[in-house]
Amino acid sequence: MKILTGNDLKTGRVIWWDGQGWSLHVEDAADVHDDGEAILAREEAACRVNGPMFIEGERTAEGVRPAHIKDRIRALGPTVRADLTLKPADPNAGNWVI
Amino acid sequence: MYKYDQYDDAMVRARVEDFRDQTRRRLEGKMTDDQFKPLRLKNGLYLQLHAYMLRIAIPYGTLNSTQLRKLAHIARTYDRGYGHFTTRQNIQFHWIKLEDAPNILGELADVEMHCIQTSGESIRNISADHYAGAAADEIMDPRPWAETLRQMTTFMPEFSYLPRKFKICVIAAEEDRAAMRWHDFGLRIVKNEAGEIGFEVYPGGGMGRTPFIAYKSSDFVPQHQIFSYLQAVLRVWNRHARRDNIHKQRMKILVHELGEEEFTRQVEEEFRHILTLGTDFPQAEYDRIAAYFTPPPFETGLPEEIDRSDPDFAVWIDQQIAPHKAPGYAIVNVSLKPIGGIGGDITAEQMEVVADLAERYSFDELRVAHTQNLVLPHVRKADLYAVWQQLRDAGLADANLDLVTDIIACPGLDYCSLANARSLPVAARIAERFADPAAQHDLGELKIKISGCINACGHHHAGHIGILGVDRKGTENYQLLLGGSGAEDVSQAKITGPGFDEAGVVDAVERAVNHYRTIREPGERFIDTYRRVGMEGFKEAIYG
Amino acid sequence: MADVLRFRDDAAADEPAVSLDAFLDQTNAVSVRIEAGDDVRRLAPVLDRLRLVEIDFPKFRDGRGFSSASILREMGYTGEIKATGDVLVDLIFFMRRCGFDSFAPNVPLDPADAEAALNRYPYVYQHAADAEVPIWQLRHPELANG
Repeated sequence: MKILTGNDLKTGRVIWWDGQGWSLHVEDAADVHDDGEAILAREEAACRVNGPMFIEGERTAEGVRPAHIKDRIRALGPTVRADLTLKPADPNAGNWVI
Repeated sequence: MYKYDQYDDAMVRARVEDFRDQTRRRLEGKMTDDQFKPLRLKNGLYLQLHAYMLRIAIPYGTLNSTQLRKLAHIARTYDRGYGHFTTRQNIQFHWIKLEDAPNILGELADVEMHCIQTSGESIRNISADHYAGAAADEIMDPRPWAETLRQMTTFMPEFSYLPRKFKICVIAAEEDRAAMRWHDFGLRIVKNEAGEIGFEVYPGGGMGRTPFIAYKSSDFVPQHQIFSYLQAVLRVWNRHARRDNIHKQRMKILVHELGEEEFTRQVEEEFRHILTLGTDFPQAEYDRIAAYFTPPPFETGLPEEIDRSDPDFAVWIDQQIAPHKAPGYAIVNVSLKPIGGIGGDITAEQMEVVADLAERYSFDELRVAHTQNLVLPHVRKADLYAVWQQLRDAGLADANLDLVTDIIACPGLDYCSLANARSLPVAARIAERFADPAAQHDLGELKIKISGCINACGHHHAGHIGILGVDRKGTENYQLLLGGSGAEDVSQAKITGPGFDEAGVVDAVERAVNHYRTIREPGERFIDTYRRVGMEGFKEAIYG
Repeated sequence: MADVLRFRDDAAADEPAVSLDAFLDQTNAVSVRIEAGDDVRRLAPVLDRLRLVEIDFPKFRDGRGFSSASILREMGYTGEIKATGDVLVDLIFFMRRCGFDSFAPNVPLDPADAEAALNRYPYVYQHAADAEVPIWQLRHPELANG
């Protein structure tokens, strides 16, 4: 799937295009198919996203999985600080990144 | 340490308003990120993986307790309760919001701090020996020069858009504790035969994709011409560096392409011209700044003996204390490399502890070392036990200075958008593998440096053992290097062979270390043994 | 918006600027165009017939033009130096310090923004091609006549 992602302009948080708006959670990421360029341009011009880009990913049993480890780290948070990730209570969250 | 006057304060405040206005224009969509990026970088604001990262300047690594408490406040109020000290003596916060950045800069200005030129293609933070003003072996404290040059290089109009970053370092001893030879412009303060102060100048060093060790372009630049000389170097580079390929724009590349002789010739020619312009600062201004760096009022008649009856304290004393020039005093090295922790990171609570210790026991001064540790430069030997107890209670008393677990690591792929691989887990696993204190002391000085990408912020080229993280078809892979040094015995590490995965590189390090243990001669550090026997034996031990 | 911001009182040279090579050849030319990689020191022998130097910034991050302007002023050139190309309002303060006295950027500047940018910094730390007195000299006024 083709995913549109970036960082929130004001806060810098990682955000994922969910089809209608921006979510903090990669599980909500939508497949933008061929409409992505128009959405990217519109959202960037409206200052709703900074540094937008397309990444590859797939839907797995556990949810959306970005293809590249960098994006999985973006999705979760730093693997060395579980408490700073989106899943602080999950001791195995880091394994998903690898 | 230096105190701002109304001019310094006005400049920093103006910069805050400048940035506030630029941020407003960005948030209102009047500027694209392409236009805003170089401007925010000139104020240390990166967009990293998880959030904006703010890099705050700590000029030549010197801080007082008021400033450190402000950093703790920023950590708590605007970030997630901690900060990270860098290999250029600065501090970074990794969870900053753009909308908060102007206010943070405003708060920093309240304590005479700023983020000016801490990133982007700027003249960066000028680093210096973290033992400055305390070490017995220095000719003089290098920091008045670092401070004077800091001011002179702030908002230099001709160099508003340099080809690439430019890093300056000043030391004043034979021993190089600041990796001076790895800088774009390294200075060693010396005295000539007439007893006059001047500088040995070492341009053209740098890490990154193509590392180079700086060469010596001058044996002696008279002290009050050093700013003219610096301008000459900058101008030659600004005019002649490539502008088409970001990987070929550091000054070290130009030096290499022109050759040292031709680069020196061009610099000397420009230097002679710039001297005619009269842009150097006068003795009176240097004296004004130097007055802030006179030695603190050291007491005399202090006891030299240290009560070693507490065995844990004794271990710490043996490793963490460095000799001070004033009798009865010691330099205290504070480890930010606890086993199981993240090197260079410090919590807001720990910052408060160190601020209190600095204020009470070290004439209100502390230092940040490029090795990502801290220093309390002027502690009475009589106070060492009390200091140690408080450091221990705060988790800051690991006795591992320059040992195998005192690892330098960049934030890597866990934080950094430039990275190809994670560096912090590798550092953690190596530290765990070698955690046993007796084993660490047996190994002795062993400087491991880890970078998560070719930008080499972890200084892997200068590691006795260096590790470079790369992206190998989408998975993390690690190259192992041996034989680098950032000290006065400067050398560039060499790659051992094919790379490893994370578990593999930790095992490879252990095999290299075991090989050293097997063949070392008495008194040899790892780096000494490597230099004596060369790569072959190590390569066999690593790859079998 | 203003296409050209100019900080001189004299009349602008209205001859189109020619390339550096052409200028050195054409003895009656008065305006020259300096590309980012050109060596302005080649103008040293012909400074007296020079009225306008246009220095181009192909990309605002290419800072060679700052050195070109500075060197021209150091050579004693007192005519107009105009910045063209990718000139952003955030640069003009530093450009003025280097000796630029007019601006004709690709994207016109808002004069109000330009005014604010030029007045943002109350002092300067170092000498440049302009007449601004550096902070160290303000600190030691007794040295002003030295």
